[in-house]
Amino acid sequence: MSRQRRDEAYDVVVVGGGPAGVAAATAAAESGKRVGLIDESPWLGGQIWRGEAERPHSEKARRWLKRLEAAGVTVRVGVSVVGGDGAGWLVAEDRRGAWRIGYEALILATGARDRFLPFPGWTAPHVMGVGGLQTLVKSGWPVAGKRVAIVGSGPLLWALAEGVTAAGGVVVVLAEQASWESVRRFGAGLIRYPAKLVQAIGLRARLAGVPYWCGWWPAVTRSEGDWAVVTVTDGTSRRELKCDLVAFGFGLVPNLELARLLGCGTRDEPGWEGVEVGLDQETGLSGVYAAGEATGVKGAEAALVEGRVAGYAAAGRRAEAEALYGLRDRWRRFGAMLAQAFALRAELKTLADDDTIVCRCEDVTYGRLRTWRTAREAKLMTRCGMGPCQGRVCGAACRFLWSWEPDRVRPPATVARLETLMELGTGGNGG
Amino acid sequence: MRVRVNGTEVEVSAGMVVAVAVARAGRLWSRRSVIQEPRGPLCGIGVCYECRVTINGQAHQRGCLVACQEGMEIEADE
Repeated sequence: MSRQRRDEAYDVVVVGGGPAGVAAATAAAESGKRVGLIDESPWLGGQIWRGEAERPHSEKARRWLKRLEAAGVTVRVGVSVVGGDGAGWLVAEDRRGAWRIGYEALILATGARDRFLPFPGWTAPHVMGVGGLQTLVKSGWPVAGKRVAIVGSGPLLWALAEGVTAAGGVVVVLAEQASWESVRRFGAGLIRYPAKLVQAIGLRARLAGVPYWCGWWPAVTRSEGDWAVVTVTDGTSRRELKCDLVAFGFGLVPNLELARLLGCGTRDEPGWEGVEVGLDQETGLSGVYAAGEATGVKGAEAALVEGRVAGYAAAGRRAEAEALYGLRDRWRRFGAMLAQAFALRAELKTLADDDTIVCRCEDVTYGRLRTWRTAREAKLMTRCGMGPCQGRVCGAACRFLWSWEPDRVRPPATVARLETLMELGTGGNGG
Repeated sequence: MRVRVNGTEVEVSAGMVVAVAVARAGRLWSRRSVIQEPRGPLCGIGVCYECRVTINGQAHQRGCLVACQEGMEIEADE
């Protein structure tokens, strides 16, 4: 391993290369700042624009990625941020080693992940996340000729249905836990967002053959010979569907670990989780901003505009930031509409039985967890949340099932090598 | 380009991640859990660590985050 120092410093560092991060980095760089953009995945674009750099599908993504490049942003992909002091430096790691990245201003655009709620059978390899399968299909995951059942909640189910269909797969069902009434009201509300309405109508037309069941959710899944079988229910009746893969996800939860580790304040109410920010996207920590899904899940349009506000604010261009507040309000209202329409029903708290695994890293079952009162207690007694994912999967489930407050985040923010830990230790960040 | 998954050669193209190569080798799962259950990719974005494999001898790499490179040796649990 090379011991050569790779330390670097920028005026503005952006963590996360999805729409919010790309917009933030572009706005700051166009304002004359030296900007570094870091993303953990091997490509820019986050999940929603994944693969757009190589094979553009979205005109908007293409424009933004081009503008980012023209603005002269230094891009670091395949790089994980494992810690920092919240006051001027981060520790980054890739497969070759660890180094420090200094900043005057930091923008957290860490995005969101699927919310998984455990149900019997969900740990089987034929079950994948909605966002997970969508991302992997974009990277060439073989779904051609495969039968896929998509269950859970939110518009991402539709995005996946389109991705699977385009890749030659067959969507056998799209089961949405929200009621018909709720989904219909959401559809009617789209009248105020014409571009989204057009998009929704187009999507529905292209996927006219996909059975869309609202008010249905997964009960159990199992393997049967070469097939997978998923049973869905509407609370009174049950139906079984044969498929190859089950994709599931109950909306998204923001990635808040880095923000929490640095000491930014966060809101934890289910459905409204996010980094607390002021009008200019600044967190409680001076010089640290947050934008996009990290401040609360509300979609790519809100992420773009929040990213621009954060980028301008971090570059000291107050007027340019303020000029975007109206547009930002509009897309935040869209986010609120989404959250309301796809709010999770209480029945989803009763999916797991005592043998259902909740913490997949340590294989801790529902039966072993339900007797504890706090995440901390459960962690100490059962190892729930102590594996490599550090509660990123089971944490949101436990929050929904038992309203457990998330446990404190300690450095490192992700699994890291010893060399990286030593780098963290030399910064005086005792954690 | 080609990579090997547990010794089996798999044709992949640029832009494919290791987790995809594992799937193209005909495997839905990549590791065994604490209680030896087979597990495969879940989140696809580096959060869940379920897709971890050994890449060129380096253990516990997240298959969904590493781009395939010519000649890569990928080992999944048996």
